[in-house]
Amino acid sequence: MNKMVDTIIIGAGMSGLAAGIRLSMYNKKILILEKHSISGGLNSYYSRGKRKFDVGLHALTNFVGPNQRGKPFNKLMKQLRIPYEEFKIHPQSHSLIQFPDQTLKFTNEIDFFIEEIRTHFPDEIDGFISLLNHIKNFNEVDLSNEVIMAKIVVRNFIKSEALVEMIFCPLLIYGSAWENDMDFSQFVIMFKSIFLEGFGRPEGGVRTIIDLLLKRLDTCGGEILFKTEVSRIISKDGVVVGVEINGSEIIECNSILSSMGLPETMSVLDAQLDYSPRTGNLSFTESIIITDKKPKDLGIDATIIFYNNRPTYLYQRPQTLFDHQSAVVCFPNNFLHDDFDEGVLRVTNIANFELWNQELLLSKVGYNEKKLDVYNHGLSILKNCGMSSNFEVKFKDIFTPTTVKKYTNHFNGAVYGSIDKSRNGTTPIAGLYICGTDQGFLGIVGSMLSGISMANLHVLQSAL
Amino acid sequence: MLTNEEVRSKVLDIIADIALDDDVTGIKDEVSLREQLDLDSMDFLDIVMELKKRHKIEVPQEDYTRLASMQSCVEYLAPKFNS
Repeated sequence: MNKMVDTIIIGAGMSGLAAGIRLSMYNKKILILEKHSISGGLNSYYSRGKRKFDVGLHALTNFVGPNQRGKPFNKLMKQLRIPYEEFKIHPQSHSLIQFPDQTLKFTNEIDFFIEEIRTHFPDEIDGFISLLNHIKNFNEVDLSNEVIMAKIVVRNFIKSEALVEMIFCPLLIYGSAWENDMDFSQFVIMFKSIFLEGFGRPEGGVRTIIDLLLKRLDTCGGEILFKTEVSRIISKDGVVVGVEINGSEIIECNSILSSMGLPETMSVLDAQLDYSPRTGNLSFTESIIITDKKPKDLGIDATIIFYNNRPTYLYQRPQTLFDHQSAVVCFPNNFLHDDFDEGVLRVTNIANFELWNQELLLSKVGYNEKKLDVYNHGLSILKNCGMSSNFEVKFKDIFTPTTVKKYTNHFNGAVYGSIDKSRNGTTPIAGLYICGTDQGFLGIVGSMLSGISMANLHVLQSAL
Repeated sequence: MLTNEEVRSKVLDIIADIALDDDVTGIKDEVSLREQLDLDSMDFLDIVMELKKRHKIEVPQEDYTRLASMQSCVEYLAPKFNS
């Protein structure tokens, strides 16, 4: 007799854990299958040199103060029955969008950003305010929204290409699977989560979130199997019947919520279909640098700097190993609460998976040298951001697109997944649904909302 | 046989658990719940799910509107609690 559950959830990342909580809360028998030995998926953690590091998480978007209601973060906490205070989220100081000719500063208060635009782009202020109203009134989570490219919409309000580029820069790099533009619904999600709500960081980093989710899952009776790879999704006549794990054991189920990614999910499906979602092109390198001095002592009080050294912002797969002219620099010390005894600097560059993969196949020595280039270049970007070089590096770690591929199994190390999303989570196979990155809600908050809404829509509601 | 007051109290228990951050003690029975509390359609799904989980009461989708206010909840649910 094969093991049998109601719903199998593939992946113990943010979306899988949230979906697992929702379903086990309502007495569904679920099983979460995770290939890796720890949870978190694209937002996980590791330890090295006696230090703890987060992967993925620069900042949590969708920051809300304790008395704000009806915002995505509160909604999802209510759905999971986890009190907001337990996340211990502390707001950012401020962030910068640093372009060659202009720098715009923003905080978690949109009024501050409005004043910045009034100062630096006085001719655009009316257009910007109209754009804000359009965004506030737009229902970005309506799953039936048409796909329309965001720059077309935004250019109806803002005439200055420089300002358009500056507004898009943080939104693209914090969550677009598409190059240089994104779907307008996605744009609105990102705009609200970053400019209208803002950045925060949980005390203890991403572990705090993961631990809360794991504890809640356990209370609800949900089960996770680690080091368990789904080697095949088994269907019969277009309907899902179960999975094969680790190449041998079969587990039967009525439905599957897969957070593997759309192309990744289809690649293990046993049915031959005329349906092949495309792999995304965007991946990243990141240098994590531990210093003896804190950024504040080196002249930096910003929390995040979106750095771009070209008139336009090229959010696309670079022709080189990594893009030298743009980066996101995060200073985790510069949230309202500082978790660290040392300085922590994180420099993230857009990178080319294919080129890194070739380096790795060619020679491990060469690959490591190239990683050192990323790090050295990161140091020069920090300098360009105005940081003093008067510090000592105590530790450094660099990851590349091949690292992302290795730990997340996303094809091409595509952090934001496929350019083909399944907004309503459905696939050509009945009972097989997508949650997480390729359902189209991104970021940590988006991922959890994705898991919750797909669990609600496809399992709980359909059982009523 | 549950009185209307007892049915109300069971519904209130559910709402209190769902609307974690809201004070539910002063709910006005005749006013819609949405107007008084921070509830959206996902939360109404939870009220339905909790009724099923705790009291084995099924509310079909076409009857969701009957849960709009506390008064209509009690009117609609009392016969279900007592059947």
